[in-house]
Amino acid sequence: MKRALFLLPALLLLLLSVFLWRGLSLNPHELPSALVGKPAPAFALPRLDNPQQLLEPQNFRGKPWLLNVWASWCGACVYEHPLLLQLADRKIITIVGLDYKDTPQLANAWLAQRGNPYRVVLSDTNGRIGIDYGVYGVPETFLIDAQGIIVAKHVGPLTEAFIEHKVLPLLRTQGK
Amino acid sequence: MNTRVRHAIAAILMLLAISSASAKTPVDEERLRQLESELRCLVCQNQSLADSSSGLAQDLRQQVRAMMEDDKTDQQIRDYLVARYGDFVLYKPPVKSTTMLLWAGPFGFLLLAVGIGIVLIRRGSRGAEASALAEEDATGEALWQQEQAHSGASKKQG
Repeated sequence: MKRALFLLPALLLLLLSVFLWRGLSLNPHELPSALVGKPAPAFALPRLDNPQQLLEPQNFRGKPWLLNVWASWCGACVYEHPLLLQLADRKIITIVGLDYKDTPQLANAWLAQRGNPYRVVLSDTNGRIGIDYGVYGVPETFLIDAQGIIVAKHVGPLTEAFIEHKVLPLLRTQGK
Repeated sequence: MNTRVRHAIAAILMLLAISSASAKTPVDEERLRQLESELRCLVCQNQSLADSSSGLAQDLRQQVRAMMEDDKTDQQIRDYLVARYGDFVLYKPPVKSTTMLLWAGPFGFLLLAVGIGIVLIRRGSRGAEASALAEEDATGEALWQQEQAHSGASKKQG
């Protein structure tokens, strides 16, 4: 019995080390989204290319779509842009851009310079819709299903892993 | 009157007009500050909404202020933010089943440490007694052996 008690601190240390090791690969800045599983919050935002026309989440129902929050002032958005262009080329899912706290001139210039992966870009100039979606840093990407429910959210530049593990599986069940 | 003075007067009058035009509930600044200090800035995650100078913090402060002007209660404002950002936006984590480990954990560890401490101390003192007694026995045994040897030797002589 004495032997067992002697080992206890060593075992606790081992357990703690497992958690710490796991923690090294976690990002404390990534918060789980409170909106996963809930309907995409409503909005009526002007199109970047035609500010007279307002679009709502309803307009994209029927197929899964991605809502990518970006801005011309966002450095990390430059980083994810090639992946977005690639994804757009594959023509498997509609990508809608949410231009967050930006000006139309700068946004248009940015897209003209780097290429436009978006089916349409909506302008959220004052960031109110961003707050409704729980946006706390750009870029962020929401995966929304055919019924308008938020299935997944990715914080930070879009990754292959997100496409692989979240987007493709949803498309397999809802794509057609 | 010179132009500058006229412009200044016009500007002042305009500001007065604008500020009196908003017929909303005046905000209790103390209450606003208190609530802001209980909410987390999600960008600089170790700062409260009151302290942070990030863009999102400014937006959220404006949002909280607007909701207070709209006569919303503190709890309604908290619920609004938690619905969008999750429990993490509250600086004080709510006590629910998922946060039980967070709240009870430190006390649990303290109890565990004290428990182990008690067991070890008890065991230690029992061990000390036992070995003290054993030592006495050994000394006694040794003395007796010596005596035996002596008397044996003296018997042989005698």
